[in-house]
Amino acid sequence: MKLLQERTAKQKLGESLIIQTAVRMLVPFIQLFGLYVIVHGHYSPGGGFQGGVILGASFVVLSLAFDQKFSMHYMSEKTNGIFGNIGALIYTGTAALCAIMGGMFLDYSALDKLIPLGPIEWRSLGIFIVEVGVGLAVMSIMTALFWVLGSKGEMDEGL
Amino acid sequence: MSASNLPLFVLAAPLLTAFLVNLFGRLSKSWIAPLAIGCLSVSTILAVIVLGQVMVGGGYTYTVGNWQPPYGIELVIDRLSALMLVVISSVALLATISALKSVFQELPDKEYMFFTLYLIFIAGLFGLVLTGDAFNLYVLLEITSITTYGLIAMGPGRAPLASFNYIIMGSIGACFYLLGVGYLYLMTGSLNMADIANILKTTTGGGAAVATAVAFILVGLWVKMAFFPLHGWLPNGYSLAPTGTAMISAPLMTKVTIYLMIRIMFSVFSIDYLFLHNPLVHQGVVWLATIAIICGSAMALAQTNLKRMLTYIIVAEVGYMVGGVWLANKIGLTGAILHIINDAMMTLCLFLAAAALLYKLGDLEFDNLKGVYRKMPVTMAAFTVGAFSMIGVPPTAGFFSKWYLILGGIEAGQWQYVVALLFSSLVNAVLFFRIIEIGYFLRPGQHHPTEKIAEAPLSMQIPLIVAAALLVIIGFNSGTLVDTISQWAAPLVF
Amino acid sequence: MEQFLELVVSKYNYWIYVILMMIGFYAMIGKGNLVKKLIGMNIFQTAIILMFVSAGVKQGAKIPILNKHEVLEHGIDIATIVNPLPHVLMLTAIVVSVSVTGVALAILQRIYREYGTLEEGEILEKLGK
Repeated sequence: MKLLQERTAKQKLGESLIIQTAVRMLVPFIQLFGLYVIVHGHYSPGGGFQGGVILGASFVVLSLAFDQKFSMHYMSEKTNGIFGNIGALIYTGTAALCAIMGGMFLDYSALDKLIPLGPIEWRSLGIFIVEVGVGLAVMSIMTALFWVLGSKGEMDEGL
Repeated sequence: MSASNLPLFVLAAPLLTAFLVNLFGRLSKSWIAPLAIGCLSVSTILAVIVLGQVMVGGGYTYTVGNWQPPYGIELVIDRLSALMLVVISSVALLATISALKSVFQELPDKEYMFFTLYLIFIAGLFGLVLTGDAFNLYVLLEITSITTYGLIAMGPGRAPLASFNYIIMGSIGACFYLLGVGYLYLMTGSLNMADIANILKTTTGGGAAVATAVAFILVGLWVKMAFFPLHGWLPNGYSLAPTGTAMISAPLMTKVTIYLMIRIMFSVFSIDYLFLHNPLVHQGVVWLATIAIICGSAMALAQTNLKRMLTYIIVAEVGYMVGGVWLANKIGLTGAILHIINDAMMTLCLFLAAAALLYKLGDLEFDNLKGVYRKMPVTMAAFTVGAFSMIGVPPTAGFFSKWYLILGGIEAGQWQYVVALLFSSLVNAVLFFRIIEIGYFLRPGQHHPTEKIAEAPLSMQIPLIVAAALLVIIGFNSGTLVDTISQWAAPLVF
Repeated sequence: MEQFLELVVSKYNYWIYVILMMIGFYAMIGKGNLVKKLIGMNIFQTAIILMFVSAGVKQGAKIPILNKHEVLEHGIDIATIVNPLPHVLMLTAIVVSVSVTGVALAILQRIYREYGTLEEGEILEKLGK
């Protein structure tokens, strides 16, 4: 908040006060909805792709209403890259872990040997873990795409 | 850890490491080399074990996530794909050892990005070889292509433009392939290759739709493999790309796509459908291959840059293999499969030599190569072995596959193809002896006064020497190789 | 003629896909502006998505989201649900096309920074110098 006040004082930041206020109020709800879509993906419409895009959109909206520096204050480029990698690692790592535990790749029921919950429960939980990984990766990629393209690769104020 | 998981560990090792390289490579460059070389060594060892298993116990299928086909995703590990796994992993390992040096020189501070894409590319190639699902093949084809777009665009100067051309061409190819798969799906309701093949055998009618599917899929794959009239993206793409990119994608991408063509032709569509339905088609393709060989060789003659010349030779080599497959006889197919292996090795050897030269000389124009034999004897010796193999001089590997291709051409009565092969060999001889002449006999100009031995670093020489040695070893053992190929690959179809 | 019209009307989704595909193909091959080529590529991919999705359509069928208890009690009546497979395939194809577009846009920005233009002819002119 302090950063916002400083920067607003220094220069004209973003387009209009109405949009900025609306975005500030909306962003938490957008992110919450994104998380909801991710965690409900394995038994209802939704999932990692869709939820990840919604999460990414929250940062895109921030950088549209204010500017890119402002959105990068909440999620730096480096954190974003790490999130993306961890997301992809969760997916591939789960798959490899299943194989190491004696099942086939992505056969989550094999994870039962690690934490006994029952193979059917693990089939449900396994896809949930994968969806979280996918969601993280997609969020990171969407945000990074917008940032890089919007600032011509300079990572400055952007559009 | 059950033994049947091995083929997927071959794939998973580079894929997992790709993300680790991205994470740790940011922190310190010193992480990149051990991670990349380590995971590819693991892949190579596992691939050799898989090949051993399959040679003894026969092929098997693997269901990802234990969902049964045709609904689940199936991987097919037969002898051909196990062999391809070994080829890809060993080529990738050798190329990586050498690429580390040149990438650190050419792309400072971008190494971790380069190797992330690089390892995902290799994982995509493994996936392409293993998959038994037509739609998965599309996705993996795009994974390998998108990573290659990025890898090429990292180059200097005109490289982004070449990469954009590749994007447009490559997307057309991938979309055509997807359309073909769409028609097949509409006709059969299945995406599993074995399942589609079974359904196509039992259904009659729908000939036009299936023919459309064949045409779309083949044209799509031809774009991806740079078959002659559709080769526009390849020469610029591979010659302007960073050396590390050219070293991995030039030996592997086109050859894996030819493997895919063989796979689609023989495991999805039946041999009767392709060759007996309309004899004009396969003769037409052999004619196209003939034109590809002649044009590729002729264009290679016009180049004055070593790397560009090699890329046009690849275009001609693609013509060899496509022609060999479409000769529609056992010897031709054997020759084509043997040539996939040999050509991957030959191209690797030549590109590794080119990379070592580039590392020291900074430029590969022919004028710059004067007297290079004195400066870099080991590199040029290996280059000569690769060149002899490309020409087809007997003890090296290239001779044997060319021999079988020519025999196949004679048996099929496709004399124009035989003539084109001989013509191309002659042109290759001219091309490489020109370089040998420049490098061995001509004195360097005034601005190159030093005649001291200045070899490339050891980490570039060792893979080069190994690749050259492999060419000779494969050459001496090609009898057994041919026996095995013609025993288990060819009888399935002819 | 009448037969032909009937063919067009009854399979109009495929005709639209063919027309879209040709528009995209023309833009990719014939246009001189690199961004237009990229847009053509996107149209091309959209056409394929249309083809797959329209192949999954069933008259009067519902979305393939099932109630577990109902399915356990009554089983599934295939005629009442749409085939979800083409849609899922196209979800993947959309992801692929997004990534290709992202890579292509980033490359276009590099080209623009290097040459100051995105017209193919002008770039080739500058290269010729």
